[in-house]
Amino acid sequence: MTRILFSSVAAAAVLASAPMAWAQTEIQFWHAMGGNLGETVNEIADGFNKSQSEYKVVPVYKGSYTETLTAAIAAFRAKQAPHIVQVFEVGTANMMAAKGAIYPIYQVMADAKEPFDPKAYIGPVYGYYSTTDGKLLSMPFNSSTPVLYWNKELLAKAGLDPNKGPTTWPELGEMAKKAVAAGAKCGFTPQWQTWTLIENYGAWHNLPYATKENGFGGTDIELKFNDEPRIKLIQMMADWTKDKTFVYGGREGKSDTLFNGGECAFRIGSSGSAAGADKALGQDKVGMGMMPYSPDVVSKPQNSIIGGATLWVLQGKPKDEYKGVAKFMTYLSSTPVQAKWHQDTGYVPITTAAYEATDQSGFYKKFPGRDIAIKELTLNPPTENSKGLRIGNFVQIRDVVDEELENVWSGKKDAKAALDEAVKRGNELLKKFEAANR
Amino acid sequence: MEKRVTFNERWLPYLLVAPQIVITVVFFFWPSGEAIWQSVVTEDAFGGNTKFVWFDNFSHLLGDPNYFASVRVTLVFSALVASLGLAVSLLLAVMADRVIRGAQVYKTILVWPYAVAPAVAGVLWGFLFNPSVGVVAWLLAKISIDFNYVMNGNQALLLVVFAAVWSQVSYNFLFFLAGLQSIPKSLIEAAAIDGAGPGRRFWDIVFPLLSPTGFFLLVINIIYAFFGTFGIIGSLTQGGPGQATNILVWKVYNDGFRGQDLGGSSAQSVILMIVVIALTFVQFRFIERRVHY
Repeated sequence: MTRILFSSVAAAAVLASAPMAWAQTEIQFWHAMGGNLGETVNEIADGFNKSQSEYKVVPVYKGSYTETLTAAIAAFRAKQAPHIVQVFEVGTANMMAAKGAIYPIYQVMADAKEPFDPKAYIGPVYGYYSTTDGKLLSMPFNSSTPVLYWNKELLAKAGLDPNKGPTTWPELGEMAKKAVAAGAKCGFTPQWQTWTLIENYGAWHNLPYATKENGFGGTDIELKFNDEPRIKLIQMMADWTKDKTFVYGGREGKSDTLFNGGECAFRIGSSGSAAGADKALGQDKVGMGMMPYSPDVVSKPQNSIIGGATLWVLQGKPKDEYKGVAKFMTYLSSTPVQAKWHQDTGYVPITTAAYEATDQSGFYKKFPGRDIAIKELTLNPPTENSKGLRIGNFVQIRDVVDEELENVWSGKKDAKAALDEAVKRGNELLKKFEAANR
Repeated sequence: MEKRVTFNERWLPYLLVAPQIVITVVFFFWPSGEAIWQSVVTEDAFGGNTKFVWFDNFSHLLGDPNYFASVRVTLVFSALVASLGLAVSLLLAVMADRVIRGAQVYKTILVWPYAVAPAVAGVLWGFLFNPSVGVVAWLLAKISIDFNYVMNGNQALLLVVFAAVWSQVSYNFLFFLAGLQSIPKSLIEAAAIDGAGPGRRFWDIVFPLLSPTGFFLLVINIIYAFFGTFGIIGSLTQGGPGQATNILVWKVYNDGFRGQDLGGSSAQSVILMIVVIALTFVQFRFIERRVHY
């Protein structure tokens, strides 16, 4: 009933506005981009709809990533699924396992005979979402990577050079301690601690997160992140909590209030948070640099891995409608669209061409630091430890890691005990995933 | 005399209970049946690759120490919420019942929090106690109490208990107040004439006569602590830090909707359903006997 009503209203609207467009095929696109990001998504869809007359992409905001995915799953079970749904990177392995439900991008493009060049995409962005033999499964949309931020005012107050950030963890520790001694309430805080301190620390130092190429090579894998360097890192931070050199601000993006409120001298956070920090502290007060590395582990860092979300195409629609989906994907990856998306939001562009176009436009001179993310991602050709993660039940595993890290910050466990326990509990979840998807 | 209503039409009684039956079937039996079915299968998130696994989901759950950690948290949490909630609201109701001037104002203010949805209550309390911007946290820091519910599990549990009690006190208060007002004044006056002080009058007359209300509220409060506090946990702590506030109903949601583990989540729902049915049964069977109507 609602559907009939909806389509007749839509049809009436289309008839009223564009009499020639009555034969348009609608493509449903469910996403999780609220606020400004959502408006940018609408602009992109609008641009596509104006660029041709055969298809009409209808973006629908469905709430958080989890809510969007849950809604899409419920809709799929009721045979009312959208064509395209945005899913966060940690859902990748679970999406892949749902074989009857997904329509891999490389196949969508091939079936629609739409030109598609994998080499145009930025390596670590493309690699995270493709099979081991290089076939793209879902279209990268919003990708980011962790970078180091610092509060220039707090550094200057501590007598440090506000324009020069630390490059190694020991340097960061020293500077953070000085900032605290000079009155800062907090030296350092991480955002998305599981992603920045465990997953990306691994890639940055070329250490495995899990066996079989971090899960790219199969589902019968074991977690490996309880290694010596990471135990040392977490233990160091646990010691830092005593004098506020390290302050824990909560899971996911909850620590934003600490850094954006001007309490913390340093934070490692998503490159997508740059605009928010600029807004809160003033663009000239925020310093940005590459993540620090541990010189006793590697002599120079490897490359970072991404976070964010991709667009998955779902099965169950008439075949010719997927042609429109393929055309939209091409439009989405085109240089002007990607460059605009990157500059408006702070997410990484998904193609090299979009990065170069942004560079030539002088954007990075105006907003110094916005190119750090892409520099980190392309620092070196990715190894099997640094091309991404393909972990089943990853959402739950991240929750486990969050819980165990919280046990360290509150002093209930030492770093080794917590990481060992996190690996043990994570392996249980992996076993369960493997058994369910054999 | 036997209370019995007779109907002339045979179908009329069925018709009259039909709406209730339909609602129960649609909103209880059907979803419960789905949950029981889901609890004995495993499948991928989109409902494909369904495999019947007997009681694997249950045995997995019962072999998981984290599940029992959640059970423990739930027991502590529910006991605190129910006992604190009842004690505080009884105290307030007795006070409000004795107030002569401005009684309406007090009553209105005490009922007010009930208009606030649990999720919003969670946000409010979280804001007050936020370690970096919270007013109360700032005041506590002044008297050198380092209140950081984001990091300290016991403080987090305390905070969700307070928030849960705060949003339930109004409901309890209303029932207690109504209960107090229905106690015949003559009984209390008679006791007073006999020389019983206020304390004696409360414990020997008021309290026993309030016990039906108290019993009803106990059942309601335990069910509230088990299920109704979901919004508070969701907006305040999401079960953390560690697993300090990971109560069972939150775990069901988290494993099912965040983790897409519908089998494990359904197994938890089924267990939870059995526990609550058993609990309510026990309450009616054993505690109700001591209640004077």
